[in-house]
Amino acid sequence: MWFEIIMYILLAIGVFFNLLAGAGLLRFPDVYTRLHAGTKCTTFGSIFICGSVILLGLKAWLFNGNDGGASLALHTGVALAAILLTNPTGAHAIARAAHRSGVKPAQAVIDELEKKPESKYEVKK
Amino acid sequence: MVAFVITTIVCFITYLLLTTGTANNSSMVNLWLWSIEEIILGLILSIIVGIIARKIFIKKSIRMLNPVRWFIFIGYLFYFFYEMAKANFDVAYRVITGKINPGIVKISPDLKTDLGTTMLANSITLTPGTLTVDVDEDCNDLYIHWINVKKEALEKKPVDCKYVCAGFPKWVRRIAE
Repeated sequence: MWFEIIMYILLAIGVFFNLLAGAGLLRFPDVYTRLHAGTKCTTFGSIFICGSVILLGLKAWLFNGNDGGASLALHTGVALAAILLTNPTGAHAIARAAHRSGVKPAQAVIDELEKKPESKYEVKK
Repeated sequence: MVAFVITTIVCFITYLLLTTGTANNSSMVNLWLWSIEEIILGLILSIIVGIIARKIFIKKSIRMLNPVRWFIFIGYLFYFFYEMAKANFDVAYRVITGKINPGIVKISPDLKTDLGTTMLANSITLTPGTLTVDVDEDCNDLYIHWINVKKEALEKKPVDCKYVCAGFPKWVRRIAE
């Protein structure tokens, strides 16, 4: 019983943060701040949702003796690792592409990337 | 040789993680979650991949084989999750109230290796409120879009790491250098 209560609490936290990510996507002014909301809060929410599924798998494995539960928990762990690895990479790629194609950060108090010196590794346009 | 063995082991573990739940009644031997056919095929494929990709996976040094670094990495995960939760509530507050003060700042974490820089940049991006936009390949400086630029952080250039990414550079230096 308490196992299920923990699962539901984790699910609720995850859904709450994913909801906030959606709200932030609508409220924020430009691409960078929207990336903050759209990628980061989603990751945090997904950690909790994956945690809930892992608990479900562990419960089936430990208490009901079902090997499929262990398989479910392992697979969800792999999915979580994939999310944690690919999410920052994607956000970084989008932000860099946006800045290189000339999108200025809205309401910015400072932009130090403007003065970035030319790198020797950079591909010339 | 070391590079080949490590690549093969990592490939094999990844293969096993992706093929859990293949145990069934029609196969001759089942090892917990895997059928014996799956394990044999995975071993053959990992050896082939290990032969082909050993020079891509392991560049020069094998310092990451040190188990002390793994334990520090696990400790770092807990610290990172704590910082991430803290930052998440901050961003949640900003989403609800709409009080933002964005800007792009430059930090010099002074890391020497590519792996360390990648790890730090990914950690910064995963923490809500900060987003790595670009990296200076010559001196490993990071350009970070920050959703709430603090006044006191701008007094010193480049910006002090402790405002943007807490104690991450210290941990990453211990893990990757």
